[in-house]
Amino acid sequence: MTVALAGIFLCQLLGELICRLFALPLPGPVVGMGLLFAYLLARGGQGQKAVPKPLGAIADQLLGHLSLLFVPATVGMMRYFDILSANALLLTVTLLASTALTLAATALTFRLLTRAKS
Amino acid sequence: MIEHLLPHGAEAWVYLAHTPLLWLTLTLVAYVVADRISIAAGRHPAVNLVVIAAAMIILALTLTGTSYETYFEGAQFIHFLLGPATVALAIPLYRHWERVRASALPILASLTVGALVGIFSAALIARALKGSDLIVASLAPKSVTSPIAMGLSEKLGGAPFLTTALVIVTGVAGAMMLSPLMRLLRIKDSAAIGMAAGVASHGIGTARAFHIDSVAGAFGGIGMGLNGAFTSLVLPILRPLLGL
Repeated sequence: MTVALAGIFLCQLLGELICRLFALPLPGPVVGMGLLFAYLLARGGQGQKAVPKPLGAIADQLLGHLSLLFVPATVGMMRYFDILSANALLLTVTLLASTALTLAATALTFRLLTRAKS
Repeated sequence: MIEHLLPHGAEAWVYLAHTPLLWLTLTLVAYVVADRISIAAGRHPAVNLVVIAAAMIILALTLTGTSYETYFEGAQFIHFLLGPATVALAIPLYRHWERVRASALPILASLTVGALVGIFSAALIARALKGSDLIVASLAPKSVTSPIAMGLSEKLGGAPFLTTALVIVTGVAGAMMLSPLMRLLRIKDSAAIGMAAGVASHGIGTARAFHIDSVAGAFGGIGMGLNGAFTSLVLPILRPLLGL
């Protein structure tokens, strides 16, 4: 378990380092995800078995409660109630419409190209 | 009366209100309660876990006159785990790698279309509603994860802190609309649903996708990661088209 945890933190740390050294416009953890993925790919093996058990267990715990990790940032909205409510109508309409359009456009394109292939 | 029964009550409160423990515990307890409510509602998309937990906490902070900064001293330990959780997205990605590799074309095409629709629809609708340059620039990167979105907002002349709030609203809105919208469009493929969640509403959408199934979660992680990279490369180039 500790090895797996250390591995995840190490990937994040290396990710942060790479982003800063090469001035990449990405957050360190996203690069860290790429590093861990590259490691798993290089390590090989098939399907479920290929992921070391403790690593899989930590990932399942963290991702199973991903919602929890967004709670502190969401509470942070309390600082912006003033500016948000001053533009409430504009922002509500724009965000709802744009998010719905983005969801639909992404999913429909995905389906179109999956069907075109099969 | 209370002073009589608990002569050290005020002292105890002053002490507790300034320890990280209280706010860390409150965050976990609020989440557990919200999770129970969400389960009791059969994970109905309108009963959003993040919103319920955050609303309870904001209420508690407001009632006790506690600042966000004080709260964050405790909550930062949970917030910190967003980094390792992002790294951990490599695991579902690896588990479903065969499926991902076979979907390379739909992934890249839907990323491009979805990301561009996200940027332009936000900018155009906000312009049509007479939004200022500051608002348009703060809205344009709203679909990507907040560290990237804040940097982009600043480059375009927006307000990074406003963008943080808009990113969260976008995430929550996408998480709540995801299932009903996909039902309406008759899309049942978990890969397509997850990709849409990740591209349109980053990590909060991905968290919702994990409640659908692990394939949706894996594709959510891909959509979120790729859109972060794509938007940060493309948005500065699109700047003149947004009138900024």
